[in-house]
Amino acid sequence: MTLLDINKLTVEFPTRRKVFRAVDAASLTVEPGQIHGLVGESGAGKSTIGAAVLGLLERPGHITGGDIVFKGDTISGLNADAMRKLRGKKISMIFQDPLTSLNPLFTVKEQLVETIQAHHDVSDAEAVQRARDLIDRVGIPDPDTRLDQYPHQFSGGMRQRVVIALALCSEPDVIIADEPTTALDVSVQAQILELIKELARERQVGVILVTHDMGVIAETTDVVTVMYAGEVVESGPTEQVMGRPEHPYTQSLIAAVPRPTLKLHRFPQISYGGRETRFAIEDLARNWPKVENDPSKPLYEIKGITKRFLQKRGLLPWSREYFTAVDQVSFDIKPGEVFGVVGESGSGKSTVARMIAGLYQVDEGEVIFDGKTVSNLGDKAVQEAYRQDIQMIFQDPFSSLNPRMRVDEIVAEPIRHHKLMEGNAIQKRVEDLLDQVGLGASAALKYPHEFSGGQRQRISIARALATQPRFLICDEPTSALDVSIQAQILNILKDLQEHLGLTMLFISHDLPVVRQMCDRVAVMKAGKIVEIQDTESLFANPQTEYTRELLDLMPKLDDLSTENLE
Amino acid sequence: MSDMTKDPATARPSRLATFWDSDFVWSFRHSPVAIIALLVVAVLLLAALFAPLIAPHDPFNPATLNLMNGFTAPGVPNAFTQETFLLGTDDQGRDVFSTILYGLRISLFVGISAVMLAMIIGVVLGLVAAYVGGWTETIIMRVADVQLTFPAILVAMLIFGIAKGITPPEYRNEMAIWVLIVAIALSDWVQFARVVRGAALVEKNKEYVQAARLIGRGPIPIMFRHMLPNVLSPVLVISTISLALAIIAEATLSFLGVGAPPTQPSLGTLIRIGQGYLFSGEWWILLFPSITLLALALSINLLGDWLRDALNPKLR
Repeated sequence: MTLLDINKLTVEFPTRRKVFRAVDAASLTVEPGQIHGLVGESGAGKSTIGAAVLGLLERPGHITGGDIVFKGDTISGLNADAMRKLRGKKISMIFQDPLTSLNPLFTVKEQLVETIQAHHDVSDAEAVQRARDLIDRVGIPDPDTRLDQYPHQFSGGMRQRVVIALALCSEPDVIIADEPTTALDVSVQAQILELIKELARERQVGVILVTHDMGVIAETTDVVTVMYAGEVVESGPTEQVMGRPEHPYTQSLIAAVPRPTLKLHRFPQISYGGRETRFAIEDLARNWPKVENDPSKPLYEIKGITKRFLQKRGLLPWSREYFTAVDQVSFDIKPGEVFGVVGESGSGKSTVARMIAGLYQVDEGEVIFDGKTVSNLGDKAVQEAYRQDIQMIFQDPFSSLNPRMRVDEIVAEPIRHHKLMEGNAIQKRVEDLLDQVGLGASAALKYPHEFSGGQRQRISIARALATQPRFLICDEPTSALDVSIQAQILNILKDLQEHLGLTMLFISHDLPVVRQMCDRVAVMKAGKIVEIQDTESLFANPQTEYTRELLDLMPKLDDLSTENLE
Repeated sequence: MSDMTKDPATARPSRLATFWDSDFVWSFRHSPVAIIALLVVAVLLLAALFAPLIAPHDPFNPATLNLMNGFTAPGVPNAFTQETFLLGTDDQGRDVFSTILYGLRISLFVGISAVMLAMIIGVVLGLVAAYVGGWTETIIMRVADVQLTFPAILVAMLIFGIAKGITPPEYRNEMAIWVLIVAIALSDWVQFARVVRGAALVEKNKEYVQAARLIGRGPIPIMFRHMLPNVLSPVLVISTISLALAIIAEATLSFLGVGAPPTQPSLGTLIRIGQGYLFSGEWWILLFPSITLLALALSINLLGDWLRDALNPKLR
């Protein structure tokens, strides 16, 4: 019997000016023991479907059409009381952030026992026994001691296991997992997905897995539904949809996924929904100062840089405690190359980038740029010159642009600061830059909030190019973006390196992306570099155990269609 | 319509139309409390501004005063002169309505100036504390903490007392208003500093501040060009509430007799004078200035409440 049948569901959010249709006549079914993937880019309406099933739609959103049938009973339109009984008991939820879905004031045991007793009429002793079994089942070692601990004593992955145990307490028929692994490191992500898979089989639970990650879909789900702008564009068995996509949107989405096994010259530009934007690299290159890259001399020499952060404050020097974020890191960057730094969160890769950029002081060691020491600069003239030569593109396009400044002011600021031009020439240059990054000169008079994430990242790029720098630091430039936008931005960065001779430092946690972008890669772990190699030989022949582990954790995308790839 | 844009097809709506259609103005148009509060504040502001034109008498010109008019009840003709006063007269025959209008001027002037001064001090110190950090932050915020342990009115009285001690007697009355402003401002800047520091600490870690540092901008442009506009909305909210508090603080000081001199009576001074006659039957001398003060402070507070909700997207 079909467990959950969503039939032509429409969800609308009336706002002041217009009614926003978040989900438009979407249909899908979930069978027992089946993992149904729901994939799409941000704003596609995939999370809204999950919320609608649980009756947790944020006001003023409401269901305006279609119905949700759970085990033969229509549950859409139930009142809040009936919905609350169903929710948690028959339908459970796993949220994205394990940190906020557990109550920090109660031990894991207390939270599990409370949930078990809310759903089953059992004695305290039996509830504790069940809690222990669940903790054991979700793979938390040493369940007897772990039960009495508080959520903060668990790591992120372990915490998500506790959340899964909580979701299982009521023995639900359906679990809705909304981006359950997005907040976790790759190594943990794979384990959690494996656990969800096992549990679904073993307990015959139907799972709706909401995600934006094609790798997760390909590895975990049985059936997949692809959404675009509130509508279901394609649905079917995962193998078929991923391997032989029929709808042009699915095709463009799959083509944009960076492959771990295949290095592309450029990502294919398949446009869907009229979102393709031109990047005029030739115009940009025409006015760019010619850079003579001398490959024999490194552009950067990083010599044993170390950064310590104060962990415990103290009045006296010896009562302070420090945490070493970056420990004796050394490498060279050759002119014209893209140098990658990869590592998991907390490995110190962003700290390295900020020390090179001069945003952090260096506690030990030296950063030498073009033969001059640029770390901990006191000399104003050298500093100003260095500031013109390097620029940075940040991770979060929503916080890297000042929301109270107009786009032309943002892009013009570096030009004005370094007094590169005057008067109308500035305006002209800003309009040219905005035009070249594909936003059009009319973008100049708008404010950042009028743009999408990908467009904002283009504004960031325009600002970074304003001083015509020689070196660009990209700190996870695409990890906040949807996969098709990521492909566009990565193509732009490749163009910049190729046509303008820009040297880049590319920081990322995403190995497939690194493979597409970088010439050489340094792997970081706990503040130290474990391996530096040419990209291709690193992927083919990793020298250290840690790198091998990281490579093994990459999603296997062999099932994905390779159509449209060059 | 805007004639600045060359192409009418791509012309954006005029600034005024955009403003009128914005969510901010929309939320105002749909809040009866905010509309009434703004109306009351506007009427009182205009009344204070045009006091010399509206007031039937000049309460500070002794030549126009007639002692025979003293203690005339509101709306009742005086037994000796047959003159009628809308809100009655005080002991010296001054028209209460006129003194309220002039008192409002002093109260609003002192309140607004004090809040502006407090805002400038608080915003600058808060921004510096957040951006520079370290010892500078510790010193600024500890001073603020220490000051918070005293009641604001005590701090203001202390400053007022010191100022009175160091000004020559012949300037005392002239200086009184300015001393009052400084005293209230110095007792109120802490609120601004704390709010601005909190907001600025969040902004400081955003990537646009790092981007500005990367361009090479110094601390002053980053603090005032980049961070300041982003911390202004909470400042706007507390400045309205502070304005109400400052007007009340001024009234309290004047009521205690350390504020505005009798030659320039504020609402507080009027209330102090009036309370002496409360139990002898001349209730109007106290009641009408009190109602005015209440209406002013309440309206400004309600306006501040609405502003806080309108600027906080979480409450929408």
